[in-house]
Amino acid sequence: MTVHKGRGFACINYPIGMNLGGDPSQALVHSTPDGKFMVSLSSIDLGQGMKSVTRQIAAETLGVPVSDVYVDTADSDTGPHCMGSFASRGTHRVGNAVIRAATEARKALLEAAAEELEVNASDLDTDGQGNIHVKGAPSRTITVADTAIAAQFKQGRTLSGRGIFLIPPSDVDPDTGEMTPVSCFAHAALVVDLEVDDETGEVTVREINSAYEVGRALNPRLVEQQLIGGAWMGVSHALYETTEPYYPDRSHAPTDFNAYLMPGPGEVVDHNIAVLERPAEDAPFGGKGPGEMCANPVLPAIANAVYNAVGVRCDTLPITPEKVLRRLIANGGARPQGVR
Amino acid sequence: MSKTPVQFSLNGSPAAVFVDDAQNLLDVLRRGVGDLSPKYGCGQGTCGSCTVLIDGEPHLSCLTLAETVEGRAVETTNGLAEGPQLHALQEAFMENFAAQCGYCTPGMLMAAKALLDRTPRPSREEVIEAISGNICRCTGYEPIIDAILAASGQPTRRTG
Repeated sequence: MTVHKGRGFACINYPIGMNLGGDPSQALVHSTPDGKFMVSLSSIDLGQGMKSVTRQIAAETLGVPVSDVYVDTADSDTGPHCMGSFASRGTHRVGNAVIRAATEARKALLEAAAEELEVNASDLDTDGQGNIHVKGAPSRTITVADTAIAAQFKQGRTLSGRGIFLIPPSDVDPDTGEMTPVSCFAHAALVVDLEVDDETGEVTVREINSAYEVGRALNPRLVEQQLIGGAWMGVSHALYETTEPYYPDRSHAPTDFNAYLMPGPGEVVDHNIAVLERPAEDAPFGGKGPGEMCANPVLPAIANAVYNAVGVRCDTLPITPEKVLRRLIANGGARPQGVR
Repeated sequence: MSKTPVQFSLNGSPAAVFVDDAQNLLDVLRRGVGDLSPKYGCGQGTCGSCTVLIDGEPHLSCLTLAETVEGRAVETTNGLAEGPQLHALQEAFMENFAAQCGYCTPGMLMAAKALLDRTPRPSREEVIEAISGNICRCTGYEPIIDAILAASGQPTRRTG
């Protein structure tokens, strides 16, 4: 029995949003009478942090504290339309819609404040702390809360905004095949170090090193969290998860979550991440969103590392001990590919 | 179907419910008492999201007959915070980004509480062992392990 070390590499260019466009998202922003702002979305936060990120985007655009912004993603029956939380599109598509809605709401906010301060709205600015002041004259000021109260009870004005973001559908030119599949890409490169036991066929991932270019990391801890969790899911897909039987008899197929294999806390892999920030021009504050690509490159990198370790090329997933052993036997044993 | 009266302590307060034959504790907590903090995941004792403490020991409430908690002390995530003061574990889970979708979190918290109550400064291996019956699909476990170590006042992989 020998344990063979292997190293595999994979990289990815990942399109943000639905390929060839045509996937709109809407956002509505309105103030409550006490000067807090509500962002209404139908986009669902699956735990990836979209509520946090859209809240930051709305606060930054409105010029108010993050703590004064609420995001409601409750109901696609009553909220503004969204295509959904998929295709790594949330930050980019929904974030852009929120910027547009918040920009319109900010305009209404400054107009209401201008009426109270008897100045021109274009002379006003926000301090991000809940106050509006005349540019160059910080003492000429009104709070966002007082502005909202005046708008609601005196001026009869709503402080609200509508936003939609749509990448127009791109047709494929029938003659040339030319198309515009996507407006921005995220990128990643990932190295996996693992060990393959040539007696049992078991693969143990030891370390992952990755570099992700996801535009500006709007919330760095959420980005890191998503990359760590996504890579774990990639390891799980590469080596464990299947509804097919692990061994040839159908009676060995998983029929419930007892028999559906996934790595647990004991199989956590050290993962070192470098996040590179190259803001995208058409992205909200440059953020593209990690999304699905946090799992994708792990799978080919593991497959390549298994080949590097024992010369076995698995082209179906997951890479189970049975598949590794059968190919080892067919090859007449391990054929380490050596250090590259 | 006969009903059986069951009295137990829930997060320090007395609870009394009539339970059906073979009704499990998770069902009684969620539908009988109205404590929705333990989650129904797999219903077969595999995922750990329904974990509660019974007399300080972690149990899978979906596999626990409700009648068996007669006279015993049950703890759920609802009992962790004292008013606005979050439990150290809850603070650490928040600080270490140990939740994404959050469905496993109540079970993770209770499994972790059982560990810290008996082992205030656990090793990393002991933390892993303590949550090995709890499945998380989002985080990759690392932030959860870190959060439990942080709650016990120990350095994490992140803080070094």
